Amino acid sequence: MTARTATTLGALELPNPVMTASGCGGSGRELAPFFDLSRLGAFVTTSVMPQPRAGRPTPRVAESPSGLLTAMGLPGPGIESFLEADLPWLIEQDVRIIVSIAGNSVEEYADLARRLRGVSGIAAIEVNVACPNVEDRGRMFGRHPGAAGAVVRAVRGQARPGVPVFVKLAPDVTDIVTIALACVDAGAEGLTLINTMEGMAIDASTLRPALTGVSGGLSGPAIRPVAVRCVYQVHAALPSTPIIGAGGVATGLDALEFVLAGASAVAVGTAMFHDPSAAPRILRELEEALAARRIGRLADAVGLAHKPAGYVPPQVRPEPPAPEQAQAGEVKERL
Amino acid sequence: MSDTPVQTSATVLTVRQVQDYHALTLVAPAVAERFRPGQFVALAVGGEHTGRLLRRCFGVYEVKSDYGGTVELVFADTEPGTAWLAGRRSRDQLDLVGPLGRPFRLPRDPVSCLLVGGGPGGASLFALADTLLRRGCQVHFVLGGTSGRQVFGSRIAQRIGDSFTVATEDGSMGEAGTVREVMPRVIQETGADVVYGCGPTALLRTVTQVAGDFGLPSQVSVEEFLQQTGACGIGVCMTCMLPIHGEDGVTRMVRACADGPVLRGDRVRWGDLGTIPFDALGAPHVLNLSERAPR
Repeated sequence: MTARTATTLGALELPNPVMTASGCGGSGRELAPFFDLSRLGAFVTTSVMPQPRAGRPTPRVAESPSGLLTAMGLPGPGIESFLEADLPWLIEQDVRIIVSIAGNSVEEYADLARRLRGVSGIAAIEVNVACPNVEDRGRMFGRHPGAAGAVVRAVRGQARPGVPVFVKLAPDVTDIVTIALACVDAGAEGLTLINTMEGMAIDASTLRPALTGVSGGLSGPAIRPVAVRCVYQVHAALPSTPIIGAGGVATGLDALEFVLAGASAVAVGTAMFHDPSAAPRILRELEEALAARRIGRLADAVGLAHKPAGYVPPQVRPEPPAPEQAQAGEVKERL
Repeated sequence: MSDTPVQTSATVLTVRQVQDYHALTLVAPAVAERFRPGQFVALAVGGEHTGRLLRRCFGVYEVKSDYGGTVELVFADTEPGTAWLAGRRSRDQLDLVGPLGRPFRLPRDPVSCLLVGGGPGGASLFALADTLLRRGCQVHFVLGGTSGRQVFGSRIAQRIGDSFTVATEDGSMGEAGTVREVMPRVIQETGADVVYGCGPTALLRTVTQVAGDFGLPSQVSVEEFLQQTGACGIGVCMTCMLPIHGEDGVTRMVRACADGPVLRGDRVRWGDLGTIPFDALGAPHVLNLSERAPR
């Protein structure tokens, strides 16, 4: 990749802005047959919890127009097994690793951050605050500025200094900017916007909710406009806070839309279920889209949509035509 | 590595109606050359700008070397995605990922094998039968269904099998009855050493039980469960989980796609499908002992 797509998230430098979204890349091994993981800007892990967790019973997924409803119940092997089996493999792949953590209490989050403190090879921590707080009648941390802030403060206090802490926020709150402010006040270096939003489907043949979890998280292109709105609003309020945009990124132009709204990187989630090689394709398309707009550095495009009409970003001369791309119909074994 | 899956744009060769099902033949040399019986493929549906994001997973009926390598699938159109596939024409392009999952394990010696199938999923048994026959095994078929139209592959089974039994509930083809009723007799008559099953989940449970009654090992493909619950086919989405109890006695939730679709029948907790058994690793504990009210 050229310097055009290099990006920074605060102090964290990435060769490109395309990441996997938490919970959508498995342990990483499953994606390896389809592309070289080191070509990702970063690999975001499935949320790690203190204990192994089976999650919810099936059916866990329902298809909705341009989206998926999922109620997984945060399945995972637990931090012990993650540190023993999954993380060393990821480190071998020479990919920047962002570890997503989730807990049921502030203490559990702090404990996870403490466990990760002694581990090298972690580029950043992403805090998944879409978890029920068992100490507060199961209310979700991410829906309350105070609870979200308490989690971030605990994690920031325990995490290794120099490892940035990102917080992933869900959009279905009264005011996402208030929660974003609370997280940044509590010490978060950056934000991931957005997590899934709650939805529900009912199976017309069984006459019952389609998911065992009754309601589930809606993801995919269906929520992209919501995600772009959240990134735009939060970037307007906190222009110096780096944002990882997520929510229905399926093409390079989708990624560009997030960048223009204020994201310095994008995470690809549901698109990977549909197209395992989506991430490298989106990166290639994003680079072409930047070149076509004569934008020489991704950073020049971050938040561009906030500028007044008529503002012209720094431009570069058009490049000579790129070498031929792979023909359609060819085996995309290793992109 | 030849056993890694590939993502490829496959060309439709033919789409045919076969009884109640559709048979789709795709030109996909890279998938055909890597395929081993029991593995499946995952197809994107709805075309390039589709709003249907789930991949549809299908077992493979047959691979052939024509046109560089073809893959044939058999499926029922039960929902809009499969109906779209059934409406494809020759020369259409489909995004195909495969071959995926673990294949049937094959016996080392030329033993007598019983292959039990039902519905469109039973189609996967024919690729297996081919391989078994080439290794000198005896292949006996038992096919079941509610009516004759739902029994796929009876003619081929008759042609290639050493024996062949059909049981339909309405008696419209073969014997009137269920697989459970005919299987014990067939096992005794054929002296089967190993049982393979593919088809509806209820059938697989029966296959496992009857095989167990005779002390025979069973391998079953949970393809239908995967079709109903899976989303990606490659093992990242974690939606096709089912409870398996391991050698160590611990029940774990495993993925039907990446850890299956072929599983040892006796390892699957058939009665607990669609649940998280309370004793599974990582199962939620609703009540801790200390929380229980004293009585």
